Amino acid sequence: MPAIEETLLPGVGVRHEFTTAAGERLALLTHRTGRRELAVYDRNDPDTCRTVLHLDADDTKTLGELLGLSQVSETIRETQRLEGVAIDWVTVPDGSHFATSTIGEGEFRTRTGASIVAIVRGDTTIPAPGPDVRFQSGDVAVAIGTPSGLELLRTLLAS
Amino acid sequence: MIVAAAGSDAAAAFIEVGAVALVLAALARLAGHFGFTAIPLYLVAGLAVGEGGLFPLDVSHDFIQLVAEIGVLLLLLTLGLEYSASELQHGLRSGWLGGVVDAVANFSPGFAVGLALGWTAAAAVLLGGVSWVSSSGIISKVLSDLDRLGNRETPSILNLLVIEDLAMAVFLPVASALVIGRAVGATAVTIAVALAAVSLIMVLALRFGDRLSAILNTGGDEALLLAVFGLTLVVGGLAQKVEVSAAIGAFLVGLALSGPVQQRAGALVAPLRDLFAAVFFVFFSFQIDPATLLDALAPAALLSVIAAGTKIATGSFVARQAGVGSSGRRRAGTTLVARGEFSIVIASLGAPLSNGTDLGAVAAGFVLITAVAGPLLTRAADRLPLPATE
Repeated sequence: MPAIEETLLPGVGVRHEFTTAAGERLALLTHRTGRRELAVYDRNDPDTCRTVLHLDADDTKTLGELLGLSQVSETIRETQRLEGVAIDWVTVPDGSHFATSTIGEGEFRTRTGASIVAIVRGDTTIPAPGPDVRFQSGDVAVAIGTPSGLELLRTLLAS
Repeated sequence: MIVAAAGSDAAAAFIEVGAVALVLAALARLAGHFGFTAIPLYLVAGLAVGEGGLFPLDVSHDFIQLVAEIGVLLLLLTLGLEYSASELQHGLRSGWLGGVVDAVANFSPGFAVGLALGWTAAAAVLLGGVSWVSSSGIISKVLSDLDRLGNRETPSILNLLVIEDLAMAVFLPVASALVIGRAVGATAVTIAVALAAVSLIMVLALRFGDRLSAILNTGGDEALLLAVFGLTLVVGGLAQKVEVSAAIGAFLVGLALSGPVQQRAGALVAPLRDLFAAVFFVFFSFQIDPATLLDALAPAALLSVIAAGTKIATGSFVARQAGVGSSGRRRAGTTLVARGEFSIVIASLGAPLSNGTDLGAVAAGFVLITAVAGPLLTRAADRLPLPATE
């Protein structure tokens, strides 16, 4: 992480600065009122700001969340980029053969090669379900496997 | 009979005061539209309704004066509320040299012009104060409007403003003592007493400020507003009793409040301050005869040019100390040119002096010029070509 420099601005608030990997100088000004300003310094005159974004408390929250969220989705994309491995959400439809059987009874891994890593049931999630977890209709199975294996799993669960 | 008379007086006063307030509202909107401070416009409005003006008011002088003085206290209270104790200490430590340069370079022009006009030493000292202090109100607004708060030169500017405000805690009592105008020995005693009182209040404010803030913070907004208002008037009044200026008492009350209560009080008092301070500025020029102002225009213009130059030099000096490049130095210098509320507060102290009206007129002209020219200059500073010498 780059070094962060802190400067007190009497009567206004505090300013934090750092240089990005690409060499841009960034500053975040936090006003006492909670308002923030995000500033990018000018390359020709490093004492002045080229762009200043004014953010109120809500904007700051939104921006913070976006920066945090994009990290999460990036991690997911990384997993998906593994050669030949895919992740998919498969619903167990009403009247499925497996709507009342356990994961073990379904022998899904043996039949499709895909592993069920979680089950989403309404508002709750069952992470890493064991072989004795019983499906209910409407469950969403989160599975990892080859694309063809996941396709097989989808047809199997729908049968 | 008496009630009826008072009633009709009150009706006339309501109409007059209300009409003036509406005019001020229009002026404040106009100033907001063009992005500059309304203070110069308030001064002009005061001239129009004042003695010898176009529409002289006949509202009780005492009433307006009391409101105006409360306006000064609230101005200084909110100034004190701007800063926390740690910011003051930091500002003093990092900017004392700039503060000394600022004091010498910008007090001298006013003092010299005062003496050249043949005024008494006390009046010249006050004019020195008028030309010394930049307007923190105008400057912080300009910095934020021009998106310069992130700039490298900005901490130097803000630190200088902190030091000027602190220096006023010493200057105002000294100036008040000079205005009373006793013999040299008696004046020295008055000044010593005043400075001792200021130090005492400041120590109390810094030591017990946290406890006071914690007690005040537990109440609701209404209770807090009344408590802060009451405390300001009581401390200001007590300070005035020992011949320290009341304004400094109010400033120290602002300094004493810290933490969450500092922000709450700031937000609560701000509208009240705007109202009372507007009356103060109007009342200040209300007492100036427009004819006197015309006579004062030449010295005021001369002082504006000199004092703008010295402020620009001071600003470049403090910015250079912070390692800022030439265009940043120019921005810092031009930003500091604006004088405003504090200069008027200092000039109003001189009202009892024999040169009091002249002092008021020169100060009003000086503030009118610099408050308008300062923001314009600094806006233009970015577009000026770089000076060849740097």
